[in-house]
Amino acid sequence: MDLTYTPEEEDFRARLRAWLGEVLPRLPAKPAATDWPGRRAYDTAWQRMLYDAGYAGLHWPRDAGGQGATPTQHLIFLEETERAGAPYVGANFVGLLHAGPTLAVEGSAAQRVRWLPPILRGDEIWCQGFSEPDAGSDLAALRTRAVRDGDSYVVSGSKIWTSHAEVADWCELLVRTDPAAPRHRGISWLAMPMDAPGVTVRPLRTLAGSAEFAEMFLDEVRVPVGNRVGAENDGWRVTMVTLSFERGTAFVGEVVACRRVLGALARAARANGRWDDAVLRRRLGRLHAELAALWRLIQWNVSEATGAPPGAGRRGNGGGVPGAGGSVFKLRYSHVRQELYDTAAEVLGAGALDADHEWIADRLSSLSYTIAAGTSQIQRNIVAERILGLPKGR
Amino acid sequence: MDFQLTADQRALRDGTRELLAGRFGRERLRAAVEEPALDRALWRELGAAGFFALRLPEADGGVGLGLPEAVLVFEEAGRALLPGPLVACQLLAGAVDGVAAGEKIVGLCEAERDPVLWEHPAECDELILVEEGAGRGGAGPGGGLRGAHGRTGGAYRSAQDRVVCAPFASIDPLTPLARVMDLPRAAPLALDAPRLRREAALLTAAQQLGSAARTVEMAVGHAREREQFGVPIGSFQAVKHLCAQMLVRAEIARSAVYVASVTECVLDVAAAKLLADEAAVGNARDCLQVHGGMGFTWEADVHLHLKRAWLRAERWGVAREAEELLAAGLID
Repeated sequence: MDLTYTPEEEDFRARLRAWLGEVLPRLPAKPAATDWPGRRAYDTAWQRMLYDAGYAGLHWPRDAGGQGATPTQHLIFLEETERAGAPYVGANFVGLLHAGPTLAVEGSAAQRVRWLPPILRGDEIWCQGFSEPDAGSDLAALRTRAVRDGDSYVVSGSKIWTSHAEVADWCELLVRTDPAAPRHRGISWLAMPMDAPGVTVRPLRTLAGSAEFAEMFLDEVRVPVGNRVGAENDGWRVTMVTLSFERGTAFVGEVVACRRVLGALARAARANGRWDDAVLRRRLGRLHAELAALWRLIQWNVSEATGAPPGAGRRGNGGGVPGAGGSVFKLRYSHVRQELYDTAAEVLGAGALDADHEWIADRLSSLSYTIAAGTSQIQRNIVAERILGLPKGR
Repeated sequence: MDFQLTADQRALRDGTRELLAGRFGRERLRAAVEEPALDRALWRELGAAGFFALRLPEADGGVGLGLPEAVLVFEEAGRALLPGPLVACQLLAGAVDGVAAGEKIVGLCEAERDPVLWEHPAECDELILVEEGAGRGGAGPGGGLRGAHGRTGGAYRSAQDRVVCAPFASIDPLTPLARVMDLPRAAPLALDAPRLRREAALLTAAQQLGSAARTVEMAVGHAREREQFGVPIGSFQAVKHLCAQMLVRAEIARSAVYVASVTECVLDVAAAKLLADEAAVGNARDCLQVHGGMGFTWEADVHLHLKRAWLRAERWGVAREAEELLAAGLID
């Protein structure tokens, strides 16, 4: 249990800090939340700055265009960029955190060369075409069909909750290539160009007021067979690779941000007199413990990823229970995040009715955390069945 | 950074688990419920195995390990529901002769609590009272500062028969308690009282963590075996979700406890105690629920975990204090 950083890690942190101090003041002004083209331009410009400085795809393997950094260095990168107030990954989210890592692991050499560099440079934006109106958390129930026609798949169906679809160049698309196969077996993973004829995007307005995601209608869209990642009908396995990235380090920066917000809440409560309320004070104290523990859980998971061979079960809470990873973290974090912003509303009092207040906008968006990327109910099933080994059932 | 157990630490944990499983298995546990007198032979065996001398320097006959190792050992004690003033004996092994070897048993109590409670009063040879000095962290090594109540802060030792106490019906059948009415403060002990409290809180949290992890296993084991409506109850989502939440609680507590053992920071210890208390109590409750009617009987072990968890939650930093401390820590 060694929490000290190596001299190399400290050196990396110092260089990163210096670089951030130099470049962040040069960033253009942040666009409005509703200005999607503006947000794309802002997010991709930041990605380009990272790329030029050698920080893009930091922990990706070198042959995937990355820097081959250790998971701990990646953790430091996420911690420092958040601490310095650097832009969030934003429109680059799916490309950098889902599609890119999946392509790096499952893509052919040609596919990696074609798609990875533009993701890292910020030249191309990806969106995620997994969920469907009738297949949300039950992803294996998806019905979008892809029928082979020569060198193409002809894709028809619809997708929903497609984040960043409005400004995306590519979509990581799950399609059913064998309707006769058992539901997990007949699925394939395609990279679909968003400008292909037959693709229609209709933005969906969220309860937070912004259009984060969209509905997508696919009407006989032709996708080259060469855009399939992994074998035909092997898309479920490829998808599980994608999702393991999603639940991995995707939330690291957010935990750092939440800890910063919590400190600001305490100071605001001191300033406006709410601090005298012992119930509120104790809630803030508890959140302090929760967020600190979540941060340490991330460090634990990263150390586990760095050191032990997979499945070595180093966590060792007995009985051959494997390391409890992303689902455990996501379950607690998504609820703590909601509690944090509920507490922010308590600190603000009537000020919590101001929809333009940053904390209140975040309060609204926090409602998605127990739903997106697998609902809390689905995560509990995963923990119970895959980690605790309870029988499948209803 | 490698925030994982070393090979030596894993071996220590596994060895402790094996020792306790062999010497304090289920039969011994149930016997102890009926007859709560401590097993002196087992105590000496624990002493011989280095359980109490774990952190004493090797030159003094100790094992020379640190707080992280003590936490791993206490986590195992918590799993096994091992009774006795374990925290007191671990913390006083270097200060009171005979404790390190398991020959002598000492108790430890906090003067500021009301009532001042003493665990295993009949079994202890001595009682050590810890008093807060003037202000938080005011008592340095050796104590000796004037206390908030005009008393001297620090630690005092008293022979068992010099302590005036009244009977107290303990909620935990494995932990007899007495209410200390008066304690002579004649023999001061040169101890760092704030540090003693911090370590007592952390070792108590480690036991809570062990208990929380154990009740996850008990619940999962029962949910796999017990059939209702023709299927194992573990196939019902309602039961699965209880078990999943139990694991989440235990794992969050584990991160907090392990990290506090490395940093020894006051706020980390407070967070560890808070989250481990919640994990132990919450998990025991949920484990009882998964066991259904059987869980409500005296024969099931679940209630023993719950009662001990309640008891530990009231010792060495209760939720209210930890939360206030952590809240104050946000302002600096």
